[in-house]
Amino acid sequence: MPPALIAEQILNGLQFGVMLFLMAAGLTLIFGVMGLINLAHGSLYMVGAFAAAAVAGATGSFLLALIAAMTAAALAGALMEMVVIRRLYARDHLDQVLATFALILVFSEGTRWLFGSFPLHLDIPAALKGPVTLPGGIEYPRYRLALIGIGLTVAGGLGLLITRTRLGIRIRAGENDREMIAALGVDISRLYTIVFALGAGLAGLAGALVGAIQSVQVGMGEPVLILAFVVIVIGGIGSIRGALVGAILVGLTDTLGGIFLPEFFRLFLDPATAANLGASLASMAIYILMAAVLIRRPTGLFGARA
Amino acid sequence: MRGMLVGAMLLAGLVAFPIWAQAADEPFLITLATRAVILALAAVGLNLALGQGGLVSLGHAAFFGIGGYAMGILASHAQSYAPLMEWPFVIEGTRSMPVIWLVAVLASALAALGIGALSLRTTGVYFIMITLAFGQMLYYFAISWTAYGGEDGLSIYVRNGFPGLNTLVPIEFYGLCLVILLVVLAFHAALIRSPFGLALNAARQSPERVRTVGIDTRRLQLAAFVLSGAITGLAGALFADLNRFVSPSMLSWQMSGEIMIFVILGGAGRLFGPVAGAIMFVALEHLLGGVSDYWHVFLGILLLLVVLFVRGGVIGLLAGARR
Repeated sequence: MPPALIAEQILNGLQFGVMLFLMAAGLTLIFGVMGLINLAHGSLYMVGAFAAAAVAGATGSFLLALIAAMTAAALAGALMEMVVIRRLYARDHLDQVLATFALILVFSEGTRWLFGSFPLHLDIPAALKGPVTLPGGIEYPRYRLALIGIGLTVAGGLGLLITRTRLGIRIRAGENDREMIAALGVDISRLYTIVFALGAGLAGLAGALVGAIQSVQVGMGEPVLILAFVVIVIGGIGSIRGALVGAILVGLTDTLGGIFLPEFFRLFLDPATAANLGASLASMAIYILMAAVLIRRPTGLFGARA
Repeated sequence: MRGMLVGAMLLAGLVAFPIWAQAADEPFLITLATRAVILALAAVGLNLALGQGGLVSLGHAAFFGIGGYAMGILASHAQSYAPLMEWPFVIEGTRSMPVIWLVAVLASALAALGIGALSLRTTGVYFIMITLAFGQMLYYFAISWTAYGGEDGLSIYVRNGFPGLNTLVPIEFYGLCLVILLVVLAFHAALIRSPFGLALNAARQSPERVRTVGIDTRRLQLAAFVLSGAITGLAGALFADLNRFVSPSMLSWQMSGEIMIFVILGGAGRLFGPVAGAIMFVALEHLLGGVSDYWHVFLGILLLLVVLFVRGGVIGLLAGARR
């Protein structure tokens, strides 16, 4: 296999990983601060993608579309938090799973009602079309490279937000002891809404960015949601750093497994069987990775609490 | 006591409804009722792990689907007269329901043993997610497993047979499914009262105390998880036989979510809760589905209201708080 192809696949894995991180960061923040498991996070991803497609269709501007995606998802998230999620913090995980599953039904069918069942189209901006030549003569799509850049920039910004700002201090304090910071005069329910909207905005951004290379349709959020769960379970629930490491691990495993496992089996099996077995195993690879991590460390790589 | 009364009324309804439908010459309603009974069986299985054991499994579609594929694989081999394997000994496919059920129960129990042994190393939210992930793992495996239909699934032409019955007649197949549901419910009721059931219930409420008296809670929960998976697997075989079709969608996480909805809608931990929940779900699907293509919106809102405001599900509402 030529090294250029391998490098390209590694970049693809990285791109997939950083987009997963945008989803996983919100999920893990929400779980860390509020102790809530939110299945409807994938719906916010979908809301972002639809908002972006609608705005890009009306104005033709990709930048406006991204802003719209983040705003729409953050607003939808804040609304969701204030109407439903707020009542679930004191409940057990079972109630949270069911209520947020119900939210998925409402959001998915509601979107189908508004936009119809046909996928919408969101185009890559003209400035980011076409390939770019990397050192070593590797041709790689400019847009995917931009995704990696945006993802890593957001990851860095989020790190700064958590460690350097007043909001970040409050978020970390909220993770440690919510009664104490409430007693110190922090408006805890507003903090929760802000954290939820922040996570939702990140999910919406991811939806819009990925929507431009896949199709924008109802149900697009759920496969990504489940991968994001795998990511935060591997990384350790509540840890942003864990989410980043987990996301890149999952992105690389999924992408490289799909390429290398069939090749690997071809070494000692006939081509048809090898392709079949390789594809089957590759589709399960990240779940096998997760099971392996959990058997070694039941609270994930960077997780402190169960 | 009132719980038993509600249960008795439910059962009376399950017996009376198809007889009425038969008299009114509405075979479609009997098929609908069969669907409700089979989904109820799947939910009774989950209720054992979730309601009694407190194990929130979001991956029970795995067992439902394994049961379904047990039916699909055996029946498709019988259909094509190609043996399943020829070495070291020949295994033929079969059209016999009892054999298929046995294989479905054993296969799903075995899968539950493996998944449970790994998943029970974790607790709480990690348990929810790891069961979800195992379910997805099997889902993607089924999609990429082209020998048995891959993404398109697997159809069989004729429903499998049961000695002495014509399973193609809707009401006879319905009766068969109802009897299985009743047997499993009786087993479930006996299990709750047995030392095993009592210890399982105690382990959910206060694991430390149960461990203190010398009971290994993890083994207890694993046993419950295996039984639970086996029952759901049996339901999967029946469901596939009802539709004469099995596809990866039986393994999807939406299916896991739906099975969990049946349990919660009806009332978790209650003997008849999952039955009431499944009947309500199928009835709503039929009634609302006729009104609007977007009936899932209403289902979602209803489910939200039940979770937020009705603790204990429908049975809890009718029969008062749990002991």
